[in-house]
Amino acid sequence: MSLRIPRSPRIPSGSPFLGGLVAGASSVFTFVIFGSYLSIGAFAHDLGFSAPWLSFSTVLVWAAPAQVIVIASLAAGATGLEIAVAVTLSAIRLLPMVVSLLPLLKSADTRMRSLILPTHFTAISVWIESLRLSPMLPRPARIPFVNGIGVALMGAALAGGLIGHVLAGVLPALLVSAMLFLTPMSFLSSTVRNARLLSERIAVVVGLVMAPALAWLDIGLDLLWTGLVGGTLAYLVQRFRRRP
Amino acid sequence: MRMLAELSPYLILVLVGFLPNEIWRMIGLMVARGIDEDSEIIVWVRTVATAILTGLVGKVVVFAPGSLAAVPLWIRLLAAALGMLAFFVFRGSVLAAVATGAIAIAVGVLAGS
Repeated sequence: MSLRIPRSPRIPSGSPFLGGLVAGASSVFTFVIFGSYLSIGAFAHDLGFSAPWLSFSTVLVWAAPAQVIVIASLAAGATGLEIAVAVTLSAIRLLPMVVSLLPLLKSADTRMRSLILPTHFTAISVWIESLRLSPMLPRPARIPFVNGIGVALMGAALAGGLIGHVLAGVLPALLVSAMLFLTPMSFLSSTVRNARLLSERIAVVVGLVMAPALAWLDIGLDLLWTGLVGGTLAYLVQRFRRRP
Repeated sequence: MRMLAELSPYLILVLVGFLPNEIWRMIGLMVARGIDEDSEIIVWVRTVATAILTGLVGKVVVFAPGSLAAVPLWIRLLAAALGMLAFFVFRGSVLAAVATGAIAIAVGVLAGS
């Protein structure tokens, strides 16, 4: 398997933030996020949520699964506690993402407050692009670079959500179904592209099989178990092979 | 749901959407304080995150949300497989994977209707 080696991101006029904006805007995720928020915008409109509310939710929550849960369950009349529990269960994945990204960004003298923005921007798309591109930059440039990626991708989400909200009812169902497939396809292929260690490649396959299987068997917290049990097994295989 | 309905929709969003989601990012920020780039725990955490991520993908493909549920399971699985095939044929192109997967879904829906 010979995959392309990623090119080092360009830093226009010495500004890593601008470099991040360009890297984000030219990433395949701009297209993917625009498309999936187009679907979410139409969905929010159909269930009676305003465009400003949807934009506010995109900026604050910045996690498509959680936003869909909030919109669908508020419309279905779920209690606040039920919604909060469902959202927090869907958001556990953010913890290992933040923990594995921040050590790449910070230096010994980095202040906590300059890490808050990259932490908030951490979502699957930003995590994937930041892990791939930021190690090629000098360390002080990495935080503004990741913020640039975050702003660019959040901008694509806001634009997609607003246009979807306006075009709801006009968008053909075929297009909406195809758009909903962009996200899983982009996550899977870019995770395979980023997986360099044996443990990560095993984790890709284990995750794909284990989570649907656990959900099929109706075992609760399927994603959490997939991560802790499947991910740890994949890690141990790598560890075992390194030190026979 | 009178209590929820009387609150401003923006306050509801903060309470049931923003806070329960953001708390994991903030816990991550605290946990990451003591970890440096070369530490072995990063390898484990990345592996766990990877398994959760592809687990999410598997769940979306198998238990499709929204209008994707109207597309038969075998078409969704085939579209995902064709997308990954395109990814490898085009030497690791995410764009090829995404475009092929979406077109396969569209063709599958058209052929079935």
